[in-house]
Amino acid sequence: MTAAALIAILLGMILLLIRTLIGPTLYDRVLAVNSFGTKTVLALGLLGFVMGRPEFLDIAILYAMINFVSTIAILKFFRYRSFQVPLVRRDAQRGKRNG
Amino acid sequence: MTGVLEGDIGMALVNILLLAVLFVVAIAIARLRSLFAIVMLSGIYSLVSATWYVVVDAVDVAFTEAAVGAGMSTIVLLGAMLLTSRTAKPDKKFARLGPLLVVVATGVMLIYATVDLPALGDPNSPVNTGVGMQYVQINWADTGIPNVVTSVLGSYRGFDTLGETAVVFLAGLSVALLLGFGERSLAESIRRGDKVHGRGKAAPSQAKPEEDAS
Repeated sequence: MTAAALIAILLGMILLLIRTLIGPTLYDRVLAVNSFGTKTVLALGLLGFVMGRPEFLDIAILYAMINFVSTIAILKFFRYRSFQVPLVRRDAQRGKRNG
Repeated sequence: MTGVLEGDIGMALVNILLLAVLFVVAIAIARLRSLFAIVMLSGIYSLVSATWYVVVDAVDVAFTEAAVGAGMSTIVLLGAMLLTSRTAKPDKKFARLGPLLVVVATGVMLIYATVDLPALGDPNSPVNTGVGMQYVQINWADTGIPNVVTSVLGSYRGFDTLGETAVVFLAGLSVALLLGFGERSLAESIRRGDKVHGRGKAAPSQAKPEEDAS
């Protein structure tokens, strides 16, 4: 049962891979890569149970954190063309200007 | 959970699917021209290969691959994209032949080398007859760390690991010092549109936060 779920998640990974390959806009690709990372986390969690060692859940949590950080980095790259702009400062300035 | 046969077939399927995804991603990286798609695909490649490392029970390698490959190198490649254009130039037809030959020759040599490898779990292989088994036996009493690889890296070879970490830290620090921080860094000056030494035209500064802040 768990193995079947794992296979299903791997098939979902293939679908996301197709979206990354043909994705017309950049945001399709960003979204596909983010979902791919989520699929990886799920696959790792299931792998732990398939292989009889649920300790793999810790690694899955680490992957979730890395996935989040890299998605933020990619989006920040598109927004500011630089990684060195602090997100908080820009938001505060914009709020001051608008309000 | 599952029968032995069913589990084996399932794991074989998982292996085949993961390696097939890796193959497709590698071909796509070689064929695509959009640099951003290539960066995204290299992130996917790292994630899939890290998953595969977990499948073949190399958890520490998987950790490193996920942190460096999927996290760090994606960001570094995006930063490199700041300094160059968005698409690769199309290369000439015959310019691909040389690299293809080199890659094929390397692949053939690697496959030839796997013939000499001992089988997985072979009790007569050098890994299982040498000093390794003694470490497996005394590891728990010595260090109390359940993972043998972790106990060797963190305890038996602790000073070696400390030195490696210091070297990696120094390398990262040197790169950061060379590229600079904050307002005076290379990427920031390109973003502002300054002329950077050794670079003719400035990057388009279309990403002003005022423009798309509605």
